Amino acid sequence: MSQYMLLVYEEEVDAAVQAEREKVTPTLLELHASLREAGLLVGVKRLRSAESATSIRARDGQAEIVDGPFAVTKEVLAGYYILECADLDEALKQAARLPMAAWGTVEVRPVVSADEWVEVVRQAGVDVPDDAVNDLA
Amino acid sequence: MSGGAEPADPVSAAVARAFREERAIVLATLIRQAGDFQLAEDAVQDAFEAAVTVWRRDGVPANPGAWITTAARRRAIDRLRRNRSVADRAERLAELTRLDAEHEEPSMEDESTIVDDRLRLIFTCCHPALEMPARVALTLRALGGLSTGEIARAFLVAEPTMGKRIVRAKRKIAEAHIPYRVPADEELPDRLRGVLRVIYLIFNEGYAATEGDRLVREELCDEAIRLGELLCRLMPDDAEVWGLLALMLLHDARRAARVDASGRYVALDAQDRSLWDQDRIRDGLARLERAVRLRRPGEYQLQAAITALQIQAPDAETTDWAQIAELYGALGRLNPSPVVELNRAVAVGLGSGPAAGLELLEPLLGEPALERYQPLHAAHAELLSRAGDADGAARAYERAIALTANAVERAELERRLGSLR
Repeated sequence: MSQYMLLVYEEEVDAAVQAEREKVTPTLLELHASLREAGLLVGVKRLRSAESATSIRARDGQAEIVDGPFAVTKEVLAGYYILECADLDEALKQAARLPMAAWGTVEVRPVVSADEWVEVVRQAGVDVPDDAVNDLA
Repeated sequence: MSGGAEPADPVSAAVARAFREERAIVLATLIRQAGDFQLAEDAVQDAFEAAVTVWRRDGVPANPGAWITTAARRRAIDRLRRNRSVADRAERLAELTRLDAEHEEPSMEDESTIVDDRLRLIFTCCHPALEMPARVALTLRALGGLSTGEIARAFLVAEPTMGKRIVRAKRKIAEAHIPYRVPADEELPDRLRGVLRVIYLIFNEGYAATEGDRLVREELCDEAIRLGELLCRLMPDDAEVWGLLALMLLHDARRAARVDASGRYVALDAQDRSLWDQDRIRDGLARLERAVRLRRPGEYQLQAAITALQIQAPDAETTDWAQIAELYGALGRLNPSPVVELNRAVAVGLGSGPAAGLELLEPLLGEPALERYQPLHAAHAELLSRAGDADGAARAYERAIALTANAVERAELERRLGSLR
């Protein structure tokens, strides 16, 4: 067996279109359950919008913090970490410790918790059962 | 800024005064208690709106600040009950409800808590994970109480654009969990430098611009100075905090002399010194002395000291250029920059003769960062002219003229070029 990371890319849309998109949640829940049943699902996370992102680079030993997501350059996605931090300051502090920050960029994006995910879907008017939290993380 | 002109009727005047004096304090504390910037801001806004009606009906309360605090907290509770998307909502509600039941008023709160809350607010607004224009806008809005429209006009940006910028910043604070706290000791120097940079940028935006709504722009200078004074009260042991206030006051003292009757920029040595605000200069010098006594030199103190030497001398001839050159040298060691090196070269040229100045300036002509920097070529021309090299000076003036987009500057450079012949 090999592990594969599936990276989901999508255009960010306004609230009305996004609410429409949330309607796939029941399908998503079934999909996650079936992947889990087949022993294939290692983990799934929903990320907050790109505008909540902060990018950090370490050059000449100085951390450069930039508001916003990683801008497309020659650099490509090379790996990921999921850290449990008290707040953004701690996340940035830990990100700056990665030696890769000296030659690459580390984008720090907040993860949507399963509870929040359910909340978002419900606010979009989509009915999901309480135990959906188990299939959204 | 809002309520700058005191309204005639006493209730409106009382609301305006409370807005000016209490708003930032109430907001800073409520953000901590409610755990949400936007919600707290909306609640404080609600409270001020309610004050207009209620105070007109029941009279102005004995302690307007306490009234606003209570009203804002209750509005926050109402809003939290409706808004399910706020993190830790249940805990926040419990805490606010408990505070409401206790009738805890700001006068009863520990003075240091109020100080800390305002520092928390400053450091959050100036957080490095927010883009610079958002830091500036948020600081003016949250601490200065400026409206979105006022900030938009001051920065020559459309109001909806500015509105979006501010909303986005507040959303990022909430979503990315930018902490509401004063940075820990090891981060503090760096983060404080960031705060000072935001305040100085606000000042410069008001000071340097010659276009736009002049009145609004001048109020940016006043606002930056108010923020500088606030920071001095909150962090009196930091020398650079005093240094920045000194620098802003010394620049601001010359505000009226910087522009002539037709709105054109007037250089320092051509300014009408009778227009300088002597009280402001005295204030600035006193702040600078206070900074220097703390014996922790820094870039704002050095810049303030340079400005002080320039404005204390009766004219350019009697200015202590040797001392200024030394201060620029210190500034360059602290914060190496070709522009600082250029200023040092000019000061050396004026103090020790053009040859010494040219020796420092000429290596900068190969500096890529300064290639299109008009003041470099203008200074080069000035020093060459003083050294008696009229041809070299003419070539340098022509280069400077080619690089300027500003009509007033061009006219001045052409006048100097003409006087070579």
